[in-house]
Amino acid sequence: MAVMTYREALNLALREEMRRDPDVFVIGEEVGLYEGAYKVTQGLLKEFGPKRIVDTPIAESGFTGVGIGAAMVGLRPVVEMMTFNFALLALDQIVNSAAKLNYMSGGQYNVPIVIRGPGGPAHQLAAQHSQSMEVYFYHVPGLKVVRPSTPMDAKGLLKSAIRDDNPVIFIESETLYNVKGEVSEDPDFLVPLGQAAVRREGTDVTVIAYMGMMYRAMEAAEELAKDGISVEIVDPRTLQPLDTETIIRSVRKTHRAVVVEAGAGFAGMGSEIATEITEEAFDDLDAPVARVTGAQAPMPYARSLERLKTPTKEKIADAIRQVCYANGSR
Amino acid sequence: MAKTMTQKAAPGLGLDADLARKLLRDMILIRRFEEKAAEAYALGKIGGFLHLSIGEEAVAAGATSALRPDDYAISTYREHGHCLVKGSDPRRVMAELFGRIDGLSKGKGGSMHLFDKEHNFLGGHAIVGAHLPLAAGVGFAIKYRGGDQVIVCYFGDGAVPEGEFHEALNLASLWKLPVVWICENNRYAMGTSLERALAQTEIYKFGQTYGIPCEPVDGMDVLVVRDAVARAVDRARHDKTPTLLEARTYRFRGHSMRDPAGAVYRTKEEVEREKLRDPILLFRDRALKAGVLSEDDAKKIEKDVNDLVDEAVAFAEASPEPEPSELFTDIFKEPA
Ligand SMILES: Cc1ncc(C[n+]2csc(CCOP(=O)(O)OP(=O)(O)O)c2C)c(N)n1
Ligand SMILES: [Mg+2]
Repeated sequence: MAVMTYREALNLALREEMRRDPDVFVIGEEVGLYEGAYKVTQGLLKEFGPKRIVDTPIAESGFTGVGIGAAMVGLRPVVEMMTFNFALLALDQIVNSAAKLNYMSGGQYNVPIVIRGPGGPAHQLAAQHSQSMEVYFYHVPGLKVVRPSTPMDAKGLLKSAIRDDNPVIFIESETLYNVKGEVSEDPDFLVPLGQAAVRREGTDVTVIAYMGMMYRAMEAAEELAKDGISVEIVDPRTLQPLDTETIIRSVRKTHRAVVVEAGAGFAGMGSEIATEITEEAFDDLDAPVARVTGAQAPMPYARSLERLKTPTKEKIADAIRQVCYANGSR
Repeated sequence: MAKTMTQKAAPGLGLDADLARKLLRDMILIRRFEEKAAEAYALGKIGGFLHLSIGEEAVAAGATSALRPDDYAISTYREHGHCLVKGSDPRRVMAELFGRIDGLSKGKGGSMHLFDKEHNFLGGHAIVGAHLPLAAGVGFAIKYRGGDQVIVCYFGDGAVPEGEFHEALNLASLWKLPVVWICENNRYAMGTSLERALAQTEIYKFGQTYGIPCEPVDGMDVLVVRDAVARAVDRARHDKTPTLLEARTYRFRGHSMRDPAGAVYRTKEEVEREKLRDPILLFRDRALKAGVLSEDDAKKIEKDVNDLVDEAVAFAEASPEPEPSELFTDIFKEPA
């Protein structure tokens, strides 16, 4: 174990997988000479050379397609999106090619590709650079979608994603790159895709949250503990496939659930998880499932407005209280 | 052809009987296969969209004849011909069109999505322009691994105004990838003629923009296609230099079976005039005149192909529909 940042954990995952498998390569804008717009690929060009750390021009659809084509014939590309907002230019390649080729070919051509980069709210980056992009991908059969919240998960999940034989959308966060934590230095350490983590055990209410929202939910939970409310926090880690089992198990224990997400709420992850809980554990619920979501508005630039857009610790705490005091049970 | 071609017509010399037989057979195979598919479509045995390449057979046959079996090909939704001449079993191709379990993709792809890994046929892609970056990626992988294969990428004139055409040509040129770009310019994208779609209608000239060898090719002359593709393959194989070929061709049928007449956006006279340059008749006549093939040879080829295609239809008809469980297989790679 070593303490390192989320960024360093990703970097280490890339290094280890590239050392292990010569078919793994990194491709994207500014990944080489510039060492990554967010420095995730720092030092990789030096270690692996330009053949395996491939700088591209600004052509998201083009270089994502290059990655998919290379994956069809057996390479294992890691495509970096400078930020996931730009993945919209490659959305057709991801949705119509990467996600569909194995199916349309009756299993002949799988696509072992990872498409990674930061997404979600950052700091005053305004409407085009702050979107929670996972919704565009987890709807699509044939894609796996990962949102790693901690340095340990960043490493273990990225390694699993690279070893996976299918397209994996791996969305990091600008706000988490400097978060520090314990990380395994064992090159065989993996975090399997499709397994949620219980971040905090509790008995009164289950909060489902990932990325920055998970940290805010943790703060809210600490505060509520002072009022005697015991909060359990489940971090799904992988949104597709979603580990509903862990979520449902927790809800069966606590009988209450709050889902938090940074993006706009309409037809978001919160809607999906709330539905799953209602369908699977309705009789266990003591209160309707609550959602705390980003406002249904583009991300504004002004700091004062930006604060209103994304769920705060206070909003999360309010929702938890409401769910706990519903039907007068407390 | 409205435009004049710069290169000379192929001499037809140096053509041995085996090659002549193969080229004629491949072109007739595509023609007969698609005629049968059209019949099956009319009977409701094939559904969805069915795009025929009748009239354009010389491009697939000529280009493929310049490839090694381990070279790759990738194409659009108008790909029956490219797939068949790459070596796929016509029975399995027909079964795919019929949506049956013995189809190349177990019936999950259909006419627009033929894939055959055994023959390095990388698909049937139905988003116009989207497979060009994939072709560049395959070229990238070949080079990455130090191989000497090439990939031939077929696309229509309709892909040229798409951004991905330009992204892919730029990347392949920038990185020197072994890709042979073959634009099958049949002068229409559905009902939109070249002139209504492109500021530069001499498509091969985009090769100049991206600094790669390029030329227009008479796509109705199988030997001209073969010759141009062979030179391009040679450059790709030995110098990792991509080439843009503009094969000028014509589809005799409508855009798809849902555009049977194919005549609201072009004149009957134009279609009739182009049919005079039927690539199969042109080549057959030349081969007979040059004495590389006899009438009997040609008749035997016809008969063999007819039998093969009949067999393909019978096979497809006899093949079962996929089991309901197939809906959920192959979404992700199945565990070995
Ligand atoms: C991106 C995209 N836009 C539109 C279509 C609908 N469409 C299917 S085929 C076609 C025409 C393409 O023409 P061309 O590339 O010249 O190929 P051809 O059909 O002539 O072989 C169009 C517009 C599509 N499949 N993909
Ligand atoms: Mg066309």
